[in-house]
Amino acid sequence: MTAVAELMDYAEVVERFDPVLGLEVHVELNTNTKMFCGCPTAFGAEPNTQVCPTCLGLPGSLPVVNRKAVESAIRIGLALNCEIAEWCRFARKNYFYPDMPKNFQTSQYDEPIAFNGHLDVVLDDGEVFRVGIERAHMEEDTGKSLHVGGSGGRIHGAEHSLLDYNRAGVPLIEIVTKPVEGAGERAPEVARAYVTALRDLLRALDVSDVRMDQGSLRCDANVSLKPKGTAEFGTRTETKNVNSLRSVERAVRYEMCRQAAVLTGGGSVVQETRHFDESTGSTAAGRRKETSEDYRYFPEPDLVPLAPSREWVKELSATLPELPWERRKRAQEEWGLSDAELRDLVNAGALELVAETVEAGASPDEARGWWVSYLAQQANARGVEIADLPITPKQVARVIALVAEGALTNKLARQVVDGVLAGEGEPDEVVAARGLRVVSDDSALLAAVDEALAAQPDVAEKIRGGKVQAAGAIVGAVMKATRGQADAKRVRELVIERCS
Amino acid sequence: MSSDLTRLTAAELAEKIHAREITSVEVTQAHLGRIEQVDGTVHAFLHVDTDGALEAARRVDEALAAGEPPASPLAGVPLALKDVFTTSDMPTTCGSKMLAGWIPPYDATVTRRLREAGIVILGKTNMDEFAMGSSTENSAYGPTRNPWDLDRIPGGSGGGSSASLAAFEAPLAIGTDTGGSIRQPGAVTGTVGVKPTYGGVSRYGLVAFSSSLDQGGPCARTVLDAALLHEVIGGHDPLDSTSIDAPVPPVVAAAREGASGDLTGVRVGVVREFSGEGYQPGVLAAFQRAVEQLGRLGAEVVEVSCPHFDYALPAYYLIAPSECSSNLARFDGMRYGLRSRENGHSAEEVMSLTREAGFGPEVKRRIMLGTYALSAGYYDAYYGQAQKVRTLIVRDFEAAFDRVDVLVAPTTPTTAFRIGERVDDPMAMYLADLCTIPANLAGNAALSVPCGLSEDDGLPVGLQVMAPAMEDHRMYRVAAAYQAARDDAEGGPLIHRVPDLEVTAR
Ligand SMILES: [Zn+2]
Repeated sequence: MTAVAELMDYAEVVERFDPVLGLEVHVELNTNTKMFCGCPTAFGAEPNTQVCPTCLGLPGSLPVVNRKAVESAIRIGLALNCEIAEWCRFARKNYFYPDMPKNFQTSQYDEPIAFNGHLDVVLDDGEVFRVGIERAHMEEDTGKSLHVGGSGGRIHGAEHSLLDYNRAGVPLIEIVTKPVEGAGERAPEVARAYVTALRDLLRALDVSDVRMDQGSLRCDANVSLKPKGTAEFGTRTETKNVNSLRSVERAVRYEMCRQAAVLTGGGSVVQETRHFDESTGSTAAGRRKETSEDYRYFPEPDLVPLAPSREWVKELSATLPELPWERRKRAQEEWGLSDAELRDLVNAGALELVAETVEAGASPDEARGWWVSYLAQQANARGVEIADLPITPKQVARVIALVAEGALTNKLARQVVDGVLAGEGEPDEVVAARGLRVVSDDSALLAAVDEALAAQPDVAEKIRGGKVQAAGAIVGAVMKATRGQADAKRVRELVIERCS
Repeated sequence: MSSDLTRLTAAELAEKIHAREITSVEVTQAHLGRIEQVDGTVHAFLHVDTDGALEAARRVDEALAAGEPPASPLAGVPLALKDVFTTSDMPTTCGSKMLAGWIPPYDATVTRRLREAGIVILGKTNMDEFAMGSSTENSAYGPTRNPWDLDRIPGGSGGGSSASLAAFEAPLAIGTDTGGSIRQPGAVTGTVGVKPTYGGVSRYGLVAFSSSLDQGGPCARTVLDAALLHEVIGGHDPLDSTSIDAPVPPVVAAAREGASGDLTGVRVGVVREFSGEGYQPGVLAAFQRAVEQLGRLGAEVVEVSCPHFDYALPAYYLIAPSECSSNLARFDGMRYGLRSRENGHSAEEVMSLTREAGFGPEVKRRIMLGTYALSAGYYDAYYGQAQKVRTLIVRDFEAAFDRVDVLVAPTTPTTAFRIGERVDDPMAMYLADLCTIPANLAGNAALSVPCGLSEDDGLPVGLQVMAPAMEDHRMYRVAAAYQAARDDAEGGPLIHRVPDLEVTAR
């Protein structure tokens, strides 16, 4: 176990240094088949059941490019405001590793399919930060190794290793940012917001499952520091194993504090790969390489160059769905939201849920009110994504309609929602089963009103004398007597009616 | 009876089998018998599949007996397959210890097309390890001997295929040509070897040496037989992205047309750069006589210059090793083939020990050359520069084919050299491919057809005919005309002058 690294206080870090980030995101595409063969890509199959001569790299096998993967790559490029290459090639990245069947990875090198774009990222306070996109390129995934007999599944000390090539050859898109500068103290937040925005974009494009927990979206964070006022970039580290949005932010922040401590302590940052530890929130150095890896890239001779026609690119451009930021802008205009209201809605991850609730007949304000407050709280309390709550926008719209009809009070409505969340069925079923309907039968209410008036004759006298504000005491008594199921407004009307 | 059958051409055998004068089983047995008798001496085969061959032959005979039309013009004819194409029922070793005993789980497209055409695969032929060499001496399983002179090499890398033809062990064979590995063995054994246009024959299941240069092709004793085989194995394959999506050039028709012996109006260019120092006088004299013969057949012969051909050999020895260093990286003992049995090592060490033990010296030499040429800081000077030379060679060919229909040259600068003569001198070995490499770099079609014996040593010489990409039929026409005229003038096929082999048990 290595000694715990010295860390500089974050406030001091950002006072003395400017961070520079570089984010590399690997996205597994959701194509049915692999990048260069016809094998299925489903996650979680029995080891080595989704393989063929090509993805096993058997002697004599050859790759054939998956057209759907190229299509996804171009759509991603377009959505990231990239230029799409008129002509590009695959290249071989050569290195020996047992989980790579050919001991080279078919990738792209100096001729990526998409390059020179940007992604506008909305920070927590609504500020927009533009992240430059260097390139997006296609490549194949590797297999997986399982080390048996060592501690914690590590190769060190393992007795033997098992190899599963189901994942070998699954299409990947690697998206690389330009150096992200000028974020200052907000660098960790920018990193998280960027990966979040990218995830939302890829989800809207429907090109990937974007599950960080399953590895279909993986982020490597490059971090370096330069003393304030200097122009030259410092030595960077690359942190891997960053498996959640929150970890992206924590890993960047940790590296900033660690590197600052190293630099101010008279040391120098070592260019290395580091691994993020979710449990401690720290990074640790990976195995250090004696020399920098030379991948001996050269154009893949088994594939012909790729020349997407401009017509095809135009066609694909027309298939782009409304992108997240366009969607937000439209929602803001249609629903008349302030910037702050929009931000709350987006941060709650509820924009589409509200839209669907509105679609089901609710007013935008009511729909937003439910999702951003009560339902957001429920999701938070349960520790799930709001979209994963067991209630549908349609059900929420029905609850809102019942309130509008006067059949439910807001308080009752929350109980109905609780019932739906508890799996008690549709809102109307919950109302019936729990007996939550507002008591609006005037004869029943009148009896309660008369009883209350009789119980408080002095108050009744005041009302009769024209002191209408005194009606509140009678209304309260009626509400208490009906266990809150009466419509308070109607009760008040009946009280005044009785006393006039 | 059986010795008669082995002397026939593939076209003649097919005709007799299809007319049901003889059976495919008889033909196959005759060749298996011949292999039994002479292969102990020649060592053309690494694996003979007696049962599989007879079974395949029986199926052809049964189909014909049932009145079905032959599956192809060569249905029932036996063939020797270079051990670099995958076969799901036979080992595929590529002449390397690395793949000793490896039986692939799939057939190469060429293998599949042969089977579908009813061609009987006798077995797998010897080769330089992973097709790297010009003599078949680099095979991990021992050299193949040239039937013309058992002390000499049969060419390489496809020496097993060419020797099997010259020894009458098979009437047809398949080879692969990366820098001349079909044509040079053809030349030194007095047989026909064709490198089709790159992309003309699928590489799926051809264990790669240099992907951008490798090309499978037909080997035979006559131009017509090669053309018939070319049409069986050629054509687009969706499993090979570099395969050309166009009909196979009409090579059989061209071979038949050529055999009528008239080349009037055909413009033939003699490549000026392929003569002079390093060329055996007997080879140049035989080549000269062949050119004169073409003139007598009506061809218009001119001299053309391809100035960048001089740079082809160095460019080839950067590109081919570079690609091979990557293609052969997969042989690491992790999944198939040889694995080092030394215990207690990490995966990386097992990989390293396996590669140390499994590869021969020439393969190691080329992997190291290629690894170096692709290294950071050297790429532009070596691989990048070699690719530029390649472009210049393409332009030389284009300029030449603006003036002429085909180009001719000697196939090799010398006749078959002695076994062992060049093993310690890689540069001398590499020179054997001097004349054949430009067509690989440019990707156009080229073949070698026997053009007599060299006066100085009595060994066969090859005439190389080169055609533009996808114009393979042009060279077939010229070669067929030449072969017919030569055989007429000399009183029979050159191959019939091969000495009788001593019959020994295998
Ligand atoms: Zn596969």
